[in-house]
Amino acid sequence: MSEPRVLLQPLAEVETLDFPGFGQRAIDHVTRGDRLLSLFGTPSYDSTSDTPVLHAVFIDRERHKLVHFRGHGQGTQKYHSLTSRFPAFHCFEREVHEQYGLRIVDHPWLKPIRFEGANLKRMNDYPFYKLKGKEVHEVGVGPIHAGVIEPGHFRFMCYGETVYHLEIHLGYQHRGAEQLLRQTSPRKLTPLVESVAGDTAVGYVLGYCRAWEALCNLSVRSEVEAIRALALELERVAMHLVGLGGLATDVAFLPGSSTYGRLRTSMINLSMRLCGSRFGRSWFRPGELRFSFLESHKADVRKTVKQVQHDIAIINTLFQKSTTVSHRLCTTGAVPTPLAQEIGLVGMSGRASGLDCDLRDELRGGEYGLHPMPIVVESAGDCWARALIRIHEIDRSLNWILQLMDNVGEVQAEPPAKYVPLPKHGVLSFEEGWRGEVMHYIETDESGKIAHYKLQDPSLRNWFGLAQAVRNNAIYDFPICNKSFDLSYCGNDL
Amino acid sequence: MIPLVDAIEVRISQGQQFVPDVRAANPVGFRGLPVISNAPCPQGCTECADSCPTTAIHLQPLRLDLGRCVFCDECARVCPEQKIQFTAGYRMASRERDGLVVREGNSSLGPVEASEAIRKIFGRSLKLRSVSAGGCNGCELEINAMTNVNFDCVRYGIDIVASPRHADGLILSGPITANMAEALELCYHGMPDPKFVIAVGTCAISGGVFEASPALDRSFLGKFAPQLYVAGCPPHPLAIVNGILDLMGHSDGRH
Repeated sequence: MSEPRVLLQPLAEVETLDFPGFGQRAIDHVTRGDRLLSLFGTPSYDSTSDTPVLHAVFIDRERHKLVHFRGHGQGTQKYHSLTSRFPAFHCFEREVHEQYGLRIVDHPWLKPIRFEGANLKRMNDYPFYKLKGKEVHEVGVGPIHAGVIEPGHFRFMCYGETVYHLEIHLGYQHRGAEQLLRQTSPRKLTPLVESVAGDTAVGYVLGYCRAWEALCNLSVRSEVEAIRALALELERVAMHLVGLGGLATDVAFLPGSSTYGRLRTSMINLSMRLCGSRFGRSWFRPGELRFSFLESHKADVRKTVKQVQHDIAIINTLFQKSTTVSHRLCTTGAVPTPLAQEIGLVGMSGRASGLDCDLRDELRGGEYGLHPMPIVVESAGDCWARALIRIHEIDRSLNWILQLMDNVGEVQAEPPAKYVPLPKHGVLSFEEGWRGEVMHYIETDESGKIAHYKLQDPSLRNWFGLAQAVRNNAIYDFPICNKSFDLSYCGNDL
Repeated sequence: MIPLVDAIEVRISQGQQFVPDVRAANPVGFRGLPVISNAPCPQGCTECADSCPTTAIHLQPLRLDLGRCVFCDECARVCPEQKIQFTAGYRMASRERDGLVVREGNSSLGPVEASEAIRKIFGRSLKLRSVSAGGCNGCELEINAMTNVNFDCVRYGIDIVASPRHADGLILSGPITANMAEALELCYHGMPDPKFVIAVGTCAISGGVFEASPALDRSFLGKFAPQLYVAGCPPHPLAIVNGILDLMGHSDGRH
């Protein structure tokens, strides 16, 4: 069975257009209704040129497959921004500009994505958008925040308590992960991949495994893919519980904080019993399943999931009935569907705003091809919708896991595989992590060594959704807006 | 308004959640403290050291530095003599950086030397300011988890506070990115004396998988040495709580 989440191509065979052709092709895909997944750069194949090669990735909506084409500037051609016409391109063009210095004509806002490279240590030296007016006040929050959370800076322009504008300023978490991914030997890559966004270790590692397996022509048994899907759904449930617990804490709904918190402990301790790590680390390697899944594990999964299902129904009822919760979350931080579409929200945040974007459905690979996952979409796009999305996705995932237990037998561990990567190939590999789609793009050189590694977290696109969501809300509602998105700082910053 | 019957049902289903004795818990399945047997290494064998993604292993004599270890289990799997085995041990803290090194024949790390000075001032109330300086959210989630109803470090007077002005200790996670270096130091200077630093997780202790990156700036640790190192990738909440309790001289029943 072919794997729709992965696209392996000899580099020479990837369609390459000049800059105007590339731009027009991208516009064609957007107007046809194909969903934009990414636009990124790789170093020029010509060592005398600074101009990067551009890559665009879409999902062909009709045929449920990945589309990948490149743009290469000919002569003195310049790249014209697509952002003014299609705002969803903004973050990608900003990133290519920051990483390669590509001159982009008519981009409305070339803010650095993560202050990397030449921009390192220059985060303070930045002109935030300002609102003019005698009673306007400017509030800066972070990078360090009140709770135990990653750093980021939020610059609010307020009139009274109403937020008119929020500018999100990220880069504090930049560790240079992409550079390290390019220079690390493949046998030592997995721990690095798992640490880029440690709360999505499984979401990241699965995309990496399939990319490397495609490059090395390693086939993986469908039973192993079943265990991978189990791990991914366990991670999704665990992190959705974190989200619900966080929202409960932020509205001072303490039964929710305690209960969702201890339910999370139950779920991640299950992962720990299955693979040794509460975060699913070191469970998988390309071509390798490190732990057998036996009848005793299956019984453990069933028992734990059923107990969580039973208990979560009780707290969900209370959560949804409590006016103390709904009064805070309903209508707060709304991103209406057309806006979400325009700015290119993805994953859970996109689905809470009425977009049916979920790779488990759009590119049905592995276990999702055999047993589709019912997708959840809410339309209001407010904090309440983002809470409901979590409640429903937990419910769907737990049911799906139980069905998986009925469909899967014992799965023996798969020993380490030999890596013989194809030279001069490029591979795209996607997975629907709990926040949304995670992308890996790897290129190999003439000896099969990794020449380039591009990684993308769904948060790259969704942070702008938060900035839009808080407009016209009171600044005291910012924490619940932020928690309701629960985006990754380190996933953006790499 | 909260429907009372539903609220009571939640409370009943919750039951008793706290781990009764964090000193004697049993995290089943946890890949924690590695032990190294005294079986002789095959002549010229360097499999474990070669396989380690963070050069945590040195040979002759064989030793494993938990401050660099990411607990990936690779060394245990490649050793032809199966000398290395990861246990469910969660006591992985030390006052000294080299106290995190596991040697052949050790069944545990050395005891964490209590600090009388810290115990006198903070033994009944220790407020921590969390700074993530490049953490991947693994350590941050586990630091948060130590305050949940299961691990409940708050029963020991250990808690997280929202401002450096209220803090006694700075609990640091992440490898310290160049972009966070200044904010980290400003936070530390914002804490009134007396104060100290706790380094949590491999990235904070050694830079971990990011150590070779030019995007880091770890000079803070050269200026303000941690009083406690807690190993793990990420450390189990039990490791963090026990490390702090040891530092404060809480009775143990073990040593």
